[in-house]
Amino acid sequence: MWSWVAHRVTGVLLFFFLYVHVLDTALVRVSPEAYNTVIATYKNPIVGLLEVGLVGAVLFHAFNGVRVVLIDFWSKGPRVHRQMLWTVLVLWVLLMLPFTIRHLANVFGE
Amino acid sequence: MTTAALPPPPTTPARSPRVRSTGSNFELYAWLFMRVSGVLLVVLVIGHLFVNLMVGDGIQAVDFGFVANKWASPFWQVYDLLMLWLAMIHGTNGLRTVINDYAERDQTRFWLKALLVVSAAAVVVIGTLTIFTFDPCIDPESTLEVCQIG
Repeated sequence: MWSWVAHRVTGVLLFFFLYVHVLDTALVRVSPEAYNTVIATYKNPIVGLLEVGLVGAVLFHAFNGVRVVLIDFWSKGPRVHRQMLWTVLVLWVLLMLPFTIRHLANVFGE
Repeated sequence: MTTAALPPPPTTPARSPRVRSTGSNFELYAWLFMRVSGVLLVVLVIGHLFVNLMVGDGIQAVDFGFVANKWASPFWQVYDLLMLWLAMIHGTNGLRTVINDYAERDQTRFWLKALLVVSAAAVVVIGTLTIFTFDPCIDPESTLEVCQIG
């Protein structure tokens, strides 16, 4: 149940971020300065921390989405849905650890 | 002669269905699209995050020159175009489901979905034009390599 709620919440958040992200990228059609100024906010330490949350939301939605697909299409899926949820969470931690270290080093380094 | 006393079958649902059956397979195709596009997006989006945030200096390297460098390759143009369209349609359909589930009044649902479709279409058009009309040498003073020839 909570994985369903989390899938919805992350999905809605990612959709709104996507609007912003397409529009900030569209600034390359305005001028290099306009684009660089707005992209500089992505390198700000506070926004850098928010990006860890963003990537966390992406990875949960992605892995849990694959779990939903397996429940729907794999004959054994419904029976092992709980084990698959644990797999989702373990994979999430395994990918978030190196990403968080690398990303925060990039954001806070120099 | 005793069957006349049978009560009518309970045909009225507990709450009226908000999405009426129209006899079309739209909802089936929407459901299937979410799964197919979802699997493709897992690969596309994780690849996008890896290349832009993990490789080299990550977020620190992203600027106009980085975009110009990427979109000089048709591979990344097609990659980003595919990701844009799939993610926008996937997200729009997801939000349509959320609106159908939580907006109770017919009018509210209609206008929220109208706003959703119009704004999403605008974002897809803007994003597509951005990829295809991108000019790395928009600044005549540009020092980028691609703008040095001639």
